[in-house]
Amino acid sequence: MTEMTGAKMVVEALKEQGVDTVFGYPGGAVLPIYDEIFQQNEIRHILVRHEQGAVHAAEGYARSTGKPGVVLVTSGPGATNAVTGITDALLDSIPIVVLTGQVPTFMIGSDAFQEADTVGITRPCTKMNWLVKDTNDVASTIHEAFHIATAGRPGPVVVDIPKDVQFATGEYTRKPKQSPSHYQPRVKGDAEIITALVDAIEQAERPVFYTGGGVINSGSGASQLLRELVDATGIPITSTLMGLGAYPASGKNWIGMLGMHGLYEANLAMHGCDLMICIGARFDDRITGRIADFSPNSRKAHIDIDPSSINKVIHADFPIVGDVGHVLEDLLRIWKSRGRKTNAAGVQKWWSQIEEWKKIRCLDFKNSETTIKPQYALQRLEELTKGNDRYITTEVGQHQMWAAQYLGFEDPHRWMTSGGLGTMGYGFPASVGVQIAHPDALVINVAGEASWLMNMQEMGTASQYRLPVKQFILNNERLGMVRQWQELLHGERYSHSWSEALPDFVKLAESFGWKGIMISDPKDLDDAIMEMINYEGPVLFDCLVEKHENCFPMIPSGKAHNEMLLGEAETQGVIDSKGSVLV
Amino acid sequence: MSPLNIEKGSSSHSAYDLRSHLSDEIESHTLAILVSNEAGVLARVIGLFSGRGYNIDSLTVAEVDHQGHRSRITVVTSGTPQIIHQIKMQLERMVPVHEVSDLTVAGPHVSRELSLIKVTGKGEARVEALRIAEIFRANVVDSTLESFIFEMTGPPEKIDAFADLMRPLGEVRVARTGVAAMARGL
Repeated sequence: MTEMTGAKMVVEALKEQGVDTVFGYPGGAVLPIYDEIFQQNEIRHILVRHEQGAVHAAEGYARSTGKPGVVLVTSGPGATNAVTGITDALLDSIPIVVLTGQVPTFMIGSDAFQEADTVGITRPCTKMNWLVKDTNDVASTIHEAFHIATAGRPGPVVVDIPKDVQFATGEYTRKPKQSPSHYQPRVKGDAEIITALVDAIEQAERPVFYTGGGVINSGSGASQLLRELVDATGIPITSTLMGLGAYPASGKNWIGMLGMHGLYEANLAMHGCDLMICIGARFDDRITGRIADFSPNSRKAHIDIDPSSINKVIHADFPIVGDVGHVLEDLLRIWKSRGRKTNAAGVQKWWSQIEEWKKIRCLDFKNSETTIKPQYALQRLEELTKGNDRYITTEVGQHQMWAAQYLGFEDPHRWMTSGGLGTMGYGFPASVGVQIAHPDALVINVAGEASWLMNMQEMGTASQYRLPVKQFILNNERLGMVRQWQELLHGERYSHSWSEALPDFVKLAESFGWKGIMISDPKDLDDAIMEMINYEGPVLFDCLVEKHENCFPMIPSGKAHNEMLLGEAETQGVIDSKGSVLV
Repeated sequence: MSPLNIEKGSSSHSAYDLRSHLSDEIESHTLAILVSNEAGVLARVIGLFSGRGYNIDSLTVAEVDHQGHRSRITVVTSGTPQIIHQIKMQLERMVPVHEVSDLTVAGPHVSRELSLIKVTGKGEARVEALRIAEIFRANVVDSTLESFIFEMTGPPEKIDAFADLMRPLGEVRVARTGVAAMARGL
């Protein structure tokens, strides 16, 4: 029998759930909870400068640790400001628990000050949400919220708690050993279908692994199993933007990221394969291009914990509902027990075809002596930081794609980017969350100047908590990706795609007590990057780059994988083997 | 869902061929959805339909198990077979949804709808309305000198037919509950 206020229950329940950090912003409707936070030391509260920043920071925390992120905001505008972050977490399957204050129950529906229908607004952008009307339900609802956010396909949840419920006292419910929820997604895959897939793997001449964020969400064990399976079978592996790091970029079977700005060899392997093994990815439109011509000659296996992902876009011949880790474990066991067979001759021929495609060198670009090419900046960043304990976040746009192409990720949880929703303004607050979780690591946000400005208020957060985040801004004074599409698809009419009236980033940095670095000469690049890494505090790195660079390779919207634009590589006439594109 | 019983030739294992083999024909399906009876659950279910662009042709909802806090939502929806499949998958993964059964696929089922149909008219038309009502086994539940209200329970098509027959006889107003449906047998 433990009686306490609803506000105290919130803090107790968070402690029981093992929460060490909460990202939030106070306001009238959450004052009782903030009062409880004030009176304890186990949970650290990070004061952001905008509620959207709180959710992205929690996402960065969650993606880099594998633990759920926790957000605390007030009613009305506090909740609505969080909506973009919540939607971002939904699209990328990131476990986030958002606690929102609400006006007192007796004022709900009266258009009270700072009242918004939070559960109504967040219903379509959460995995589940609750309005808690009885103090006795506060703790059990929060325990349920953590269960839902993390079980099965992870996602964001919202718990809306009216102020009178926070003030009132009630009975605290301890965290149950086993969640009483009926929501218990199936984790074991169907053995019969897994066996059929093993059979297909044994025979396939041109197999390819296509992996996604689901491998990372399944935990580090899943990444280990994936590595073992890929290396033992010798099958080439590509990954979506979300899945980078599950298999190491230095691994011998790695053929690079696929998709709209994926590598030539990866996309053609997808197009030409005879067996596609999709693991924890969802055939997003950035991946498939034109559905009608997507990998026309392959049988497809789809391993996913969410049954609704299977057969949503692409028909799966081997539909396997289950957790990636569990399924890979069974797959490996069955494959080994049948004698570790592959179609070695076929796979070897397949590899020589892939080696041919690699000769295109699709990431080649024309470098410059006088202007910093964004690709060059990232190549140097990779070279100078890859040995570090490094975490990368990004904003959204060209720089994001270049970062995915030119940086190498050796481990899961090292790469935080907004894939599904494509949220400009994600990267900076995410880097704050990552740095909070990993105080001694090198955390770099690869950004464009336009995206970065969208949540630049978080500079104050980084200053306050002495977070040495490095903001690596590739400044082309343009909305680069928008500009690229306007050039290629809208007759070079650059409607509102430039960044007018930019701040002096160095002075801006200094005004928050940061270090500012501005460079424009390629010769200074290495020294400047080293200066950034070696500086102990936060750095705003304003890298003035080529203003009109386009991001290639590119599968234009609505085109197929074998209709890729190659940019510089193409213009340099090194695309002789294009005839061998179609397998 | 097993790959082992995929019809030979029906899937050359590509989306392109799959589409051409799959029917584009719009089918009507009756889904019975058992949900936790909690605040917002109806909004959640119909929000899924509106948010993802699915159709709702008819909808009924009521608590069916007071102690277990269960409600049953019966939805009549329409779409291509692929869309119908996706609707079921999307419903099944919702946290408050316990069970989704597609009565149209599951086999024979009974569907019934309650309707109230008001017909206004005078003279010969009134007599004719009563005669037709008798054939359809509709009950008169209210009468004035210039109107009747008929009560009728039946499958939706029967109600459609009855209302259509009434229209030439006078002004017709219809109130319907939507379909409640259940699989036959055990």
